[in-house]
Amino acid sequence: MREIDVALITEAIKDMCIEVNYDLSDDMKNAMKKASENEESENGKKILGQLMENLEIAKSDMIPICQDTGMAVVFLDIGQDVHLTGGDLTEAVNEGVRRGYTEGYLRKSVVSDPIERVNTKDNTPAVLHINIIPGDKVNIRVAPKGFGSENMSRVFMRKPAEGLDGIRDSIITAVKDAGPNACPPMVVGVGVGGTFEKAALMAKEALTREVGICSDVAWAADLEKEMLLEINGSGIGPGGLGGKITALAVNINTYPTHIAGLPVAVNICCHVNRHIKKTI
Amino acid sequence: MSDKIINLPLDAETAKSLKAGEYVYLNGEMYVARDAAHKRLMELIEEKKELPINIKGETIYYMGPSPEREGRPIGSAGPTTAGRMDKYTPTLLDMGLRGMVGKGKRSPEVLEAIKRNGAVYFAAVGGAGALLSKRITESEIICYEDLGAEAIRRIKVENFPVIVVADHNGGYMY
Repeated sequence: MREIDVALITEAIKDMCIEVNYDLSDDMKNAMKKASENEESENGKKILGQLMENLEIAKSDMIPICQDTGMAVVFLDIGQDVHLTGGDLTEAVNEGVRRGYTEGYLRKSVVSDPIERVNTKDNTPAVLHINIIPGDKVNIRVAPKGFGSENMSRVFMRKPAEGLDGIRDSIITAVKDAGPNACPPMVVGVGVGGTFEKAALMAKEALTREVGICSDVAWAADLEKEMLLEINGSGIGPGGLGGKITALAVNINTYPTHIAGLPVAVNICCHVNRHIKKTI
Repeated sequence: MSDKIINLPLDAETAKSLKAGEYVYLNGEMYVARDAAHKRLMELIEEKKELPINIKGETIYYMGPSPEREGRPIGSAGPTTAGRMDKYTPTLLDMGLRGMVGKGKRSPEVLEAIKRNGAVYFAAVGGAGALLSKRITESEIICYEDLGAEAIRRIKVENFPVIVVADHNGGYMY
């Protein structure tokens, strides 16, 4: 049994919340650079130029890339040979978010109740997903999620007979409805299979996969490429003002499902697709 | 395409001269308000009470900034999705609001109210909060400080880049 003090998790999450809000991961930066080289429309080039400049200013002047610094989504993969000490794990995660958002000058965007809507003033609680895995390590992923694009996300319960066409239609419908609202160029996370909630969780997790790495399921990898081409043929373009770069990537995660179902979740993310990981 | 420079507050003639698709730079002062502040303004209007700000001829930027660092006027300051304000906007336009800055689609009711009132809806680039922050030179909280990032502010902008999305002749970019 390896002992890990939860204070280490707090510290890591604090640092990760700050870093990811000021400096995008390399995969996203490269995808943005490639997009600005490939865009052909005048509007699109102009918008992508502003977005590239924005990334530089964010890092050099320490201004968050986007004012919506998100609700903190945290994935913890905990090795089953780890014994966590020093306090309550959930509270340790929230303390990391609290410190990161306070010390990092990040926006507090969380309200304590969906109807009462009183701001918690420290961006807690996080949305925490825990998996138990073999081994004695803890993998932490932090993915702050902005709501301009979150609001455009959907879950579809398709019929098995719809097959690939059902998945295609779900993705295209969500992307077209999102249009300019989701701050394109977007990253599209898709979860196919499982149950209602499993599909949604897979779609979220797909957004944390590095842009440029395809699914290891053959049909899903093919569909990722096909959907990216089709989305970029939609003409929505950067900022929704027209152009050929509407999405930077489509990431599809899959899971076994029920004989009667084909759940498809589409989690849309803007070009500020923040994800960062660390292993303790 | 040469980019126009527009002064705020917008005068009626300028607002009517703008066409969907034009890039313009805004200079001058505007208000900042988003969801929660709009809800409070509407409650006052329904109760026939005076508003804490005079919106006649003004422009509202739909935005909730991140906290400012010492010595700076404001933190990251990009637009939020305008469509969430659609429920409130026709009333505000009929009361004299002339300009809006946000991102994303507007409802047919809002587009109609823009035409009716000679108003204009601009989009700033969503997710360019750091770049836009540098174009804001002053910021002051006017009211509703308890709302945190959603408080109503008055800001001063210099060469603030936007594109005209909906104009008073019915022109619409999306």
